[in-house]
Amino acid sequence: MTRKVYVYRSFERFWHWLQAILIIFLAFTGFEIHGGYSFFGFEEAVAYHNIAAYLFITLIVFAIFWHFTTGEWKQYLPTYKNLTAQMRYYLWGIFNDAPHPTKKTVLRKLNPMQKLTYFGLKVLVIPIMVSSGILYILYRYPQRHEIRYLNIDSLEIIAIIHTIAAFFLVSFVIVHLYLITTGETLTSNLKAMFTGYEELEDDDYGNKNLEEKK
Amino acid sequence: MKKIIGSLGVLILVIIVAVGTLTTKNYEETVLDKLRDSFGEKHIPSVDHSKFARLQKEFHSPNEVTAECIECHNKRHEEVMHSNHWNWEREEYIEGRGIVSIGKKNAMNNFCIGTQGNEKSCAKCHIGYGMDEKGFSFTDANNIDCLVCHDNTETYAKAPNAGGEPLATLNFNKIAENVGKPKRSNCGVCHFFGGGGDNVKHGDLSSLMFEPSSDIDVHMAIDGMDLQCVDCHTTEQHIIAGKMYSLSSMNHNRIFCEDCHTATPHEKEILNEHTLKVACQTCHIPIYAKEKSTKMTWDWSKAGKLKNGQPYHEEDSLGNHTYLSIKGSFTWDRNIKPEYQWFNGTASHYLEGDVIDDTTKALVMNELHGSYKDSESKIIPVKVHRAIQPFDPVNKILIQPKLYSDNKGEGAFWQDFNWQTASKEGMKDAGLPFSGNISFIHTEMNWPINHQVSSAINSVHCSECHTRENSRLAQLNDFYMPGRDYSKVVDFLGIWNIILAIVGIIIHGSLRIFAAKKLNNGVKNND
Repeated sequence: MTRKVYVYRSFERFWHWLQAILIIFLAFTGFEIHGGYSFFGFEEAVAYHNIAAYLFITLIVFAIFWHFTTGEWKQYLPTYKNLTAQMRYYLWGIFNDAPHPTKKTVLRKLNPMQKLTYFGLKVLVIPIMVSSGILYILYRYPQRHEIRYLNIDSLEIIAIIHTIAAFFLVSFVIVHLYLITTGETLTSNLKAMFTGYEELEDDDYGNKNLEEKK
Repeated sequence: MKKIIGSLGVLILVIIVAVGTLTTKNYEETVLDKLRDSFGEKHIPSVDHSKFARLQKEFHSPNEVTAECIECHNKRHEEVMHSNHWNWEREEYIEGRGIVSIGKKNAMNNFCIGTQGNEKSCAKCHIGYGMDEKGFSFTDANNIDCLVCHDNTETYAKAPNAGGEPLATLNFNKIAENVGKPKRSNCGVCHFFGGGGDNVKHGDLSSLMFEPSSDIDVHMAIDGMDLQCVDCHTTEQHIIAGKMYSLSSMNHNRIFCEDCHTATPHEKEILNEHTLKVACQTCHIPIYAKEKSTKMTWDWSKAGKLKNGQPYHEEDSLGNHTYLSIKGSFTWDRNIKPEYQWFNGTASHYLEGDVIDDTTKALVMNELHGSYKDSESKIIPVKVHRAIQPFDPVNKILIQPKLYSDNKGEGAFWQDFNWQTASKEGMKDAGLPFSGNISFIHTEMNWPINHQVSSAINSVHCSECHTRENSRLAQLNDFYMPGRDYSKVVDFLGIWNIILAIVGIIIHGSLRIFAAKKLNNGVKNND
């Protein structure tokens, strides 16, 4: 039996969508700065990129606060349990209409591959992106006059690390957009992220209780 | 479309920024306003020289005028005689060679090469009278040419090949009665014509600078602030601020835009940050040699061709000499994008008699020092003048030929068109060895560009440097610049990562569609 369950809370959805917009906008302006195409023009691209970067950092601060106060951070702890089963599902089961190997519940909304991927994003890619970005923004060489920031003598390593992380994020976004369609139905995941509600199967300890609490 | 997406992307930010910036702001007089006020006041002379009886007497020579000047200004001649304009040399410290005396006396260039042996002709631009190859009395104050700098009638002119003497036809009384603070015309008669013609040498100083429009130069524009040379090249005791690194080596007595405009004149902080590494001129002089051409190359090896035994010249469509029998062949250009170099304010010079280490590559006559890693260095715009000029392949030194003499048969190239005798005589005058062999070597000379500043809206755009293709700074490769530089490996792997992700999605998605159809069919069949 399935039941309509409130899976994604309002801040979570706001965080997700603003983050999505910002990452896409940062990627678009960032790769214009990187070179290869011209849309806003270099000067404007830099200005927009910087503003979006500060917004993104602000959002991350709020998101971190939210994750810890709600305990949601535990959702992202990676687990090897069912990891290979999840991989097998994407490589085989999905073509045979097999059931998802893990049940989605409010307390376990991420499958093992999601946990691993998002954990990697949260502790590796995003921190690298943000810290290299902050160094990029604060980078000054040399330090003189009234301008006192970081005195780093080459931007090269910072810029290249920032670029590598950017390529990872863009690849992630592309694959992520595709995997949205692999829920119970093609659009169930997408709808859930808009409305917060998703049809989930009843289970012994999760959905029912929460539904009642609400 | 651009605007819509752009504003959508930063919609929220705009509100935040708006709140921040729309807070009450008091009008503050900007640096530029203050400068306009202070330079808008015109100089009023303290005396009227036409009232002095001593200047109304009959003058038989310019030296007599000088004597009258010194009678009243009885210490000024000593200042003049300590100046570079008078001595044509000064003591400079050059990295790697110590303190040397350097100036037009002993430095060489790749235009008319050097003054030695050619003084009578070169002295047209010396602030003295009576200089020739036999020498010059640097201690005789009556030889000072006060008028070339202080004539305000714009009639004073020096005679060609006369050792610095003025034209005989001048009205010295009128000139002496109308002396004053030097104007653009006083400086320009020499400095706009260096190298033997209009804008030949500097590139950013042409005859258009006598009365420039604001398109040519925002500072000196007659329809603008109408600044005179000496407004920036301020002078104390006849020592003039600012110098050109064709002859200077040390980082002192320079003039900077920042002296007036401050180091952080831009509203946008990101532009102010650029001033740490980028000189003002780099962005604010997008092109030089505006309208009037400047000489870009000079090939001495072609000199000496005659038609019917006579020297001749050829011109391009703009009237620039492309060939002169006395000087060789040239190329010219105008409205030029400068080349760019790192510069920390010091330079080294090829001086007469210096042995050339490597004669296979171009000899840089005045190397500008600097690099990205050097915290004193900034990127500056430079005119690079490239030449092919005579050198002695045995002694490995540049040849100082004798170019000018009054008469044929004295060995001067401009009379006899013979490299052998011109080199022999020239090297003798310079006191240098000459093996008798003459070859030609490529040389380069760097001329920092400082004038012909464009208005702010016409300055160099970000994307002219921060671009992968045809960056203005393509030659400066000792640092990483966003927009221009990238790691080829990272870009290759990154792009393939994206492509493979998309290909994987297409394959996976197709298989799902295929499998779904098959399953549906299976269901139907089962029915």
